[in-house]
Amino acid sequence: MSAAALLFRRELALSWGGGGGPLVAVGFLATLTTLIPLAAGADPTRLAPLAAAVAWVALALASLLSLERLFERDHEDGALDLLALGPLPLEAVCALKALAHWVGTGLPLALAAPVAALALGLAPSLAPLALVAGLLGGLGFSFIGALGAALALGARRGGLLIAAVVLPLFIPPVIFGGGALARAADGQSPLQALALLAAYALFAAAVSPLAAAAAVRNAQS
Amino acid sequence: MTGLTLDMGQYAAFVWPAWGASLLGLAFVVVRTLMAARRWSRALKDEAKR
Amino acid sequence: MFGLANPDRFMRVTRPLVPLAWGAAAILLAVGVWLSFSAPEDYQQGSTVRIMFIHVPAATLGLGAYLALGVSSFFALVFRHALADAAARAAALPGAMFTSLALITGALWGQPMWGTWWVWDARLTSVLVLFLFYLGYMALRASIDDEQKAARAAAVLGLVGLVNLPIVKFSVDWWNTLHQPASLIRSGGTSVDPAFLPALLTMMAAYGALFLAVWVTAIRTEVTRRRVLTLRQRRAAMA
Repeated sequence: MSAAALLFRRELALSWGGGGGPLVAVGFLATLTTLIPLAAGADPTRLAPLAAAVAWVALALASLLSLERLFERDHEDGALDLLALGPLPLEAVCALKALAHWVGTGLPLALAAPVAALALGLAPSLAPLALVAGLLGGLGFSFIGALGAALALGARRGGLLIAAVVLPLFIPPVIFGGGALARAADGQSPLQALALLAAYALFAAAVSPLAAAAAVRNAQS
Repeated sequence: MTGLTLDMGQYAAFVWPAWGASLLGLAFVVVRTLMAARRWSRALKDEAKR
Repeated sequence: MFGLANPDRFMRVTRPLVPLAWGAAAILLAVGVWLSFSAPEDYQQGSTVRIMFIHVPAATLGLGAYLALGVSSFFALVFRHALADAAARAAALPGAMFTSLALITGALWGQPMWGTWWVWDARLTSVLVLFLFYLGYMALRASIDDEQKAARAAAVLGLVGLVNLPIVKFSVDWWNTLHQPASLIRSGGTSVDPAFLPALLTMMAAYGALFLAVWVTAIRTEVTRRRVLTLRQRRAAMA
């Protein structure tokens, strides 16, 4: 098995093992979803228009959760140094970590988000679109999030710092994903929005590993 | 047309605070910058003397 | 430009320029303020148009400072100029201040115009997002204890932010066309009455000159600071 596949499997195992894995992120999403009607009242006419948006934002926030550990643990026990010296370039390591985060955390969230939206009153016909948007957006969130985690390596207030750094960069995918669902709810085509979302995710996947590798090297020096 | 108009009419409560906030904000940045500049150039002179 | 990368040369070149920049800023501000308050009232907006003269320059320079920050970050990362990092750092506070002033004056301009303190239109939202970019940058810088590491990490973020800025702007504009606001909200209109141009342009120039003066002064201070710290270290080592 290639070094890349090995690393990917390791990352996936780490993100799933020990403490329920993707269930934590999904649980977070579920809790957020529950808080909304508790805060705003259960009136369906008030919840339903915002159902897609709330689920979408909850997905973005839940993606932030497991980011702190993405590099920190390896950084602390020296595994990151070994990875940096290994057969894979550091950029590839960062890309694989982000990809594993997407598969390990993003995919379960993409499956859970439509359910959450339905619970808040989303029209069932929109659920498949919510899934697709969640998958694409999640890819973007994982890669941008990995960049944030790399930048915050060794810094104080890790989790909050990652959020402060990463959330402004989450804005385009949030807009495009939310826009796709809004368009579809209006009866218009969500394709342009989805295309923009996919474009952003690919852009993030291309740029983030480069920047994250630079940040990791900086933290290790 | 060439004289200063200082009567803002009903909008005074908006115009003056806007200008006031801008003045304060810019003054804050300017003062901070100049004070830091002076502080470190003095420190440099001190070090050069030793 | 690359000749300026040498700190000594930079200090020599900028030494006569700094007082000029401050002087220009002071004069332009004085003239601009006078023009702002002698311009006629707007037919529709009345005297609130006077807020435009401080709102638009603040928003413009908030963006300009971020561009300076981003480009400096690029040079800091790629060419590793210590001066570039100083330049990025020096642009952050003035830029954040300009941006927050743009938000405050925007709210004060909006309330009499549209009846609400805040409107989620494309322009104001873009300015708010820019402010968030500044906050993230400053938070990152402040949270890493090692100065060199903080500088480098900030340079990465500054560059990433610069690249993302047009994307975010595009996405906010796209979002705005998606959700047509219920009421007719025109953020000040797309064309400015020519009667207001002298005041507006002068204030823009004034803000620009002020930013340059503050920015270059702060870079010089940073160079001086590093020299002082180096001298102190040497003294301590020899003692």
